[in-house]
Amino acid sequence: MNKILSDVEHIKEKSRHLRGSLLESLANSTTGALAEDDTQLSKFHGIYQQDNRDIRSERKRQRLEPAYTFMIRARVPGGLCTARQWLNMDRVATRYANGTIRLTTRQAFQLHGVIKSKLKLSIAEINQEMMDTLAACGDVNRNVMAPTLGNVSSVHRAVQADAVALSAHLTPATRAYHEIWLDGEKLEPSESEPIYGDTYLPRKFKAAFVIPPQNDVDVFAQDLGFIAIVVGGELIGYNVCVGGGMGMSHGNPNTYPRLGELLGFCSTNDVLAIAEAVVTTQRDFGDRSDRKHARLKYTIDDRGIDWFRSQVMDRSSCTLESARPYVLSGNGDVYGWQQDDSEKWHYLLFVENGRIVDAGDRQLMSGLRAIAQHHAGVFVLTPNQNVAICNIKGADKPAIESLLQNYGIENSIHATPLRLHSMACVAFPTCGLAMAESERYLPSLIDSIDTVLANTGLGDEAITIRMTGCPNGCARPFIAEIGLVGKGPGRYNLYLGAGFSGERLGCLYRENIDEEEILAALKPLFEQYAQERNDTERFGDFLVRADVVRDITKGREFHAADVTGKVSG
Amino acid sequence: MDTQFSGNDELPLEAEKIQQLERTFSGLEPFQLQWVSGYAAGLAVSSSHLAAAEQSSAPVLKILYGSQTGNGEAVVKWLESQARDQGCQVVSSNLADYKSAGLKQERLLAFVVSTHGEGDPPDDAELFHEFLLSVKAPQLTELQYSVLALGDSSYINFCKTGREIDSRLAELGGERLLPMVECDYDYKEKSRLWGDSVIAKLPDQSESTSKVSHLRAIVPSQEYDRQRPYTAEILVNQKITGVESSKDVRHIELSLQDAGLRYEPGDSLAVVTENPPRLVRQILSELAIAKEALVSVKEERMPIVDALAAKLEITALSPDVVQAWCGHSDSAALRELLGDDPEAHALLAEYLTTHQLIDMLRLNPAIVDAQVFVDGLRSLHPRLYSIASSHAANPDEVHLAVAAVRYKAYGSDHWGAASTHLTDRLGEGDRVSVYVEPNTRFRLPSDNDVGIIMICAGTGVAPFRAFVEDRVERRASGKNWLFFGDRNFSSDFLYQLEWQRCLKRGQLDRLDLAFSRDQPNKIYVQDRIRQQGEELYSWITGGAHIYVCGDASQMAAAVDEALVEVLSKYGGETNMQSLERLKEMRRTRRFQRDVY
Repeated sequence: MNKILSDVEHIKEKSRHLRGSLLESLANSTTGALAEDDTQLSKFHGIYQQDNRDIRSERKRQRLEPAYTFMIRARVPGGLCTARQWLNMDRVATRYANGTIRLTTRQAFQLHGVIKSKLKLSIAEINQEMMDTLAACGDVNRNVMAPTLGNVSSVHRAVQADAVALSAHLTPATRAYHEIWLDGEKLEPSESEPIYGDTYLPRKFKAAFVIPPQNDVDVFAQDLGFIAIVVGGELIGYNVCVGGGMGMSHGNPNTYPRLGELLGFCSTNDVLAIAEAVVTTQRDFGDRSDRKHARLKYTIDDRGIDWFRSQVMDRSSCTLESARPYVLSGNGDVYGWQQDDSEKWHYLLFVENGRIVDAGDRQLMSGLRAIAQHHAGVFVLTPNQNVAICNIKGADKPAIESLLQNYGIENSIHATPLRLHSMACVAFPTCGLAMAESERYLPSLIDSIDTVLANTGLGDEAITIRMTGCPNGCARPFIAEIGLVGKGPGRYNLYLGAGFSGERLGCLYRENIDEEEILAALKPLFEQYAQERNDTERFGDFLVRADVVRDITKGREFHAADVTGKVSG
Repeated sequence: MDTQFSGNDELPLEAEKIQQLERTFSGLEPFQLQWVSGYAAGLAVSSSHLAAAEQSSAPVLKILYGSQTGNGEAVVKWLESQARDQGCQVVSSNLADYKSAGLKQERLLAFVVSTHGEGDPPDDAELFHEFLLSVKAPQLTELQYSVLALGDSSYINFCKTGREIDSRLAELGGERLLPMVECDYDYKEKSRLWGDSVIAKLPDQSESTSKVSHLRAIVPSQEYDRQRPYTAEILVNQKITGVESSKDVRHIELSLQDAGLRYEPGDSLAVVTENPPRLVRQILSELAIAKEALVSVKEERMPIVDALAAKLEITALSPDVVQAWCGHSDSAALRELLGDDPEAHALLAEYLTTHQLIDMLRLNPAIVDAQVFVDGLRSLHPRLYSIASSHAANPDEVHLAVAAVRYKAYGSDHWGAASTHLTDRLGEGDRVSVYVEPNTRFRLPSDNDVGIIMICAGTGVAPFRAFVEDRVERRASGKNWLFFGDRNFSSDFLYQLEWQRCLKRGQLDRLDLAFSRDQPNKIYVQDRIRQQGEELYSWITGGAHIYVCGDASQMAAAVDEALVEVLSKYGGETNMQSLERLKEMRRTRRFQRDVY
């Protein structure tokens, strides 16, 4: 393969392990932006350059550059965050960002609206509480995910520990982060990147752990997944799955979302070696000429899973046995109060689209601040953009309950089952990739869909619905029973029929439609579902059984010729 | 007619050349001389075109592109190298960097442009697209072109931007070198076929274009003045402060099409203004005078409402107006201001800057006859604005940067007369009377190799935009350094995109910014001057000229002080010596100020 490397590869190569000219970019006071090459490198430091797209063309007319601000993503392995860390993030968000916090679909924190001159302060202050932003974005392993209630049993604790260890193992070795943001000593000449090499990975890389039956992390949407196998209450090892990923491009049939496939079973001792082998195989064989064809999923589809398995076994010197049986039941969160095997309480709080903000009577930002001040325990950011308040002693439970009430943020007040199973990416106004609204629009669309559901007698039915402003799929829309993917202002592709537990892809049902058409498309399907479904049959499963959409489990089948499905009746 | 070149020691020509000119011109009739002057001006304006034409006579293919994804740029790179291999002269430019004003000079254009979303132009092409589709787009009867449209056929408005550009160019008189080609996801092959066809269709490489065709027809310079102003069409009236700004600054472009009106960088434009109608009504109602009441102004009879609207100064106060009203109102407060002692002088000065006419009338009421009132007012003068454009770079336009003056004081709205005349009451397409007010005390160095240091705040940046444009046009090799100050970086950085482009192209060598309200401690241009003292000193000793433009009361004095400090610190002089040195620089016109 003698292809031309993509531009980003050259930028990485000459960046001296992610330094580039970031220091000069930060010092340049004539622009609120970074130098163009540095905008690629900043991602590896957890920083995305964005601008307020609501006023982008107005500013161009005003002969002003775009209103540049930065998104900072803090890495939180397994979503585990202490109350002190929560309060620190709240402080940084209030001081330097737009006064809100966003919980991501990968259990990380995101701050928006930080201007260039406040970047260094923000990152330094985030690091003061032992939390960092390194490798939160970029062509490296991103935040490692783990099941939400990572502390509720000894198995959970073991899996959470494995996630933290994997995160540490795959953290880039460069000292650039410390030099640039933390005034660290300059150590450049001696350092090396033992796992990644000088050009890191061809593309982003995502890893997650899951404990069946709850598939809250969406393990099949990950480049690398570890499915815990528990026998007699003991964690005996993991099924390894590889090659999942959501992103695609409209109009480019060579790009598609893909579910991870099982590679085999490994013991808990082999997790790091297997993961490293997966990463280095992708490092060496991933397509560095075309960033739209660079994710692990294409490497595996191009070369075959058997080839990939032997690479991983050779490189890790580990044996992959045949995968063990497991059952998954859903990819949502389990809301409300739960008690664990050590009799501690946990409350999983619904946060619509992950946005922590004081809005009207629902004072999430202030409420969670008050809870963090009162409660010295742990918070867990969930893969569905919610937050769990964990490790509450029985005696403290009433106090937390009344705080939840006082700030108007308990779950029951707000949400229907559809809303509780919804996710949206940020999109406008800050995301540079967005083609349509997402976070600002989904809540009102859910109001309309809820009305239709209630009229159909399905008001209590949990259906997953996810929206993204572009087909890169941050909110994993291609594995939601109702997936809406932005195509242009006010227009979306509608995907239907994905599995409730994230084991089947959605199928394109309608292309480029507006709200009226979305509702018109869903209404007859809801009616049909209400009348014809089997007992506990999920909406997505029903649509496939009723032949409304195709059954798609393989990414390569995602764009089939009969792309709009067969509408029955 | 005095044809002797004398009495001016800043002539750009050697004595020998002047003698040659004098010999050449002797004996010419006035109309012939007028033609020659126009011819010379034309030569100056089009010298850059000539330089290009002399290098090669082959037609130049210009490729303009705008695309969201970079696919377009890849096509352009490929086409450029192909064309070059075929021996064609070719240049390419992103539409974001393309100056639309140059469109009418184009002869051969290839467009590569994508469409995104629901038929929108890509960001880079947005302004060009808007210009092309507007009434401002020029006739293009000498243009040959072809459009490659990129798009995604799953959208309703597939390739809309390309189609719009293609049909609009034809509508403006352009001739299609090749029909438009539309590409979908399969753009690579189609774009290459298109590119090959474009190259094949290019006019014969041996055919030469006439150098003379680059000369502009020159209309003899005409005189416009206060009595005979030029009525210019407003082409652009665009707010250039951001949405969160506390100020409303407008970039205004006026058309000089065929006017023959000329200006130099540093000159001002006098704008014949009218007063805010709301203010006229307020004054008449305050004085209980009917708007129809007839008055005489300079022997002309008219209703008072017209006199107040267009003939008389009714915003700014002056001592004689205060004096007259003091007589009518018999106000003790006003009388106090009109004393003969220095204390009263200071009070009056303060009063004049903090009060407008309406405030004085309200605070010191009196009942007067319409004519008596009018007799106590001054006539309305045109307002002067530093010109923000270089004539050489914009032969058909003059640009201004105008801060709208609006504020509340003493319980009512206040307006600046001319600024709000321009910003609020006149829109694009309206006309305004103007003439040039030369400012020979604010001129670029005649030596293009000399560096310049430009220091300004707010709309004081206007002449420096003209300076830099002009130096680019002249291909001046001297370095340019701009100090600019305002309130907030994000919303008050006037002409930010243009300055960034100048930096990128090496047309501006240094840019130092002071935004007073971006941090708890206020930072002003004078602070930046001190911080950059060492470098600044080396520019000054290297012969650089210094220019200051903007607010006289605050900025100018503080800048003087900072400059004296820099000179004394790095020159090892006392402050007194440095002050003398700065004065000497002013005498020799190496230090010039336009402050107000």
